Amino acid sequence: MNNGFSNTWAILKRELSGYFSSPVAYVFIVIFLVLIGFFTFSGNLGGFFERDEASLAAFFTWHPWIYLFLVPAVGMRLWSEERRQGTLELLFTMPITAGQAIFGKFLASWLFLILALILTFPIIFTVEYLGDPDFGVIICGYIGSALLAGGYLAISCMTSAITRNQVISFILSVVICLFLILAGFQPVTDMLIQWAPGWLVNVVSSLSVMTHFFSFQRGVIDTRDLIFFLSLIGFSLFTTGVILRSLRTN
Amino acid sequence: MIKVENLKKAFGPKLAVNGISFSVERGEVLGFLGPNGAGKSTTMRMITGFIPPTEGRVTVGGNDITTDPIAAKRLIGYLPENAPAYSDMTVRGFLNFSAQIRGLSGRERNQAIDRVVELCFLNSVIHQSVDTLSKGYRHRTCFAQSIIHDPDILILDEPTDGLDPNQKHEVRSIIKRMGEKKAIIFSTHILEEVEAVCSRAIIVDRGEIVADGTPDELKKKSPNAGAVVLTVRGAESEGVKERLGQLGTVDTILILDDSDTITVKATPKSAGSQNELASNIADSANQAGWRIEELRTEEGKLDEVFRTITKPDTAKEAAA
Repeated sequence: MNNGFSNTWAILKRELSGYFSSPVAYVFIVIFLVLIGFFTFSGNLGGFFERDEASLAAFFTWHPWIYLFLVPAVGMRLWSEERRQGTLELLFTMPITAGQAIFGKFLASWLFLILALILTFPIIFTVEYLGDPDFGVIICGYIGSALLAGGYLAISCMTSAITRNQVISFILSVVICLFLILAGFQPVTDMLIQWAPGWLVNVVSSLSVMTHFFSFQRGVIDTRDLIFFLSLIGFSLFTTGVILRSLRTN
Repeated sequence: MIKVENLKKAFGPKLAVNGISFSVERGEVLGFLGPNGAGKSTTMRMITGFIPPTEGRVTVGGNDITTDPIAAKRLIGYLPENAPAYSDMTVRGFLNFSAQIRGLSGRERNQAIDRVVELCFLNSVIHQSVDTLSKGYRHRTCFAQSIIHDPDILILDEPTDGLDPNQKHEVRSIIKRMGEKKAIIFSTHILEEVEAVCSRAIIVDRGEIVADGTPDELKKKSPNAGAVVLTVRGAESEGVKERLGQLGTVDTILILDDSDTITVKATPKSAGSQNELASNIADSANQAGWRIEELRTEEGKLDEVFRTITKPDTAKEAAA
């Protein structure tokens, strides 16, 4: 078991150092922070000041949309690059299990995304300076955001195993993530209600990351939401394993 | 150490590997030969556990590669075809990662890295990023990765591909030296390499083993093995042909060169008459008063053997 952990750790370290040995990581972090700042403070979009409340609602509202493009950009190379370079063969002839490799790579990218998220901390000081925010809600919001990023990332991880072409991997995962957003998006739900039976509307919208993400923003950590995100991650990583296995068989 | 039993691999309807069996013991260097697409790489990928076999069994040091892959893979060092390496890492970072995955830590890891860096002459590029390396250096970096844990078993897919003659020689001597204590399988297109390094060679064609033996045994299968080539001065080509043709041990005489020196090749009548052939010819030439410039017995060439027993893939050409 100890051995399994050290293998995952070795993969994780390699992957993380890969991010920071090139400018990609810094470019990503800067773009992420600029975008999120713009969406939060812009009067027309987030309307942070116009809301006139000491909360981060304006900040978190845009996370599903910003992640929609930025997370697949981080995840698209995870396995496609490994396949393109031929290092997949190296990795899978080393004494590690596929699970350790998949989990190690996923965890490294997730940590990277979480780091980018943590770097948004000045926004907390801003609301603290301007008013009297509820820190419980803020922490919940951050946890939800991290889980959302993890869910998207696991999907990108899966799509990157399908192809050695990063662009295809990117587009596929944006489409899947977009579906997961739209399934619970208000206009879509309204449209569904008009003709679909109630239970179907519920099933579709419960598949959506939006409903689960926004329940964190209300300051509650519901086990159902936790289970949703963790099972989304688990399912996608498991599918990644299945895809990688079938690649080697055929 | 390595035991391969009736290994088969099908890609769709096509059988890439069709019932290959062999075993390699410690102290053996097995050369794996065959034309492109013969199934060499596929076989190696199955032995190293990268792709599962459709049928058959591979055991490495007693561990079945399909049921106990981790224990088996621990014993193996593998250099895949094209020598892949993580291009975003430095050479040292890459070797460090490989050592870590192989369970080496602390001082042990540093010593292992230093050892392979020296062995593979990577000192000058140790801090360079892998994607800036020339092909030869990248190849050696990947080779270094395969021997970093001093494995009992080495599997090398075209280890000298893309190296310059000096580097080729260097890698060959490393393989030969390590072959004394390890079980090594390596594939190659270069037949002289097999003679220089291998204690045994297997030729595969279309997924099947068509020859298996020591390089000397294989060479004897050459159509030219045992033939005697004679070069003389002061004779007529027809006269030489006639005189030598009368010898009882000679089967056919072929004139190779007919200028101021005459070169002929004589093939023996039977394998048994091989040994006398050269002395018979020498005696006969001396009696005739020719001046012998050269007289040698052909050992047979591996590439001749290779060409005779591996058929050109006409079916594939017709399809293309």
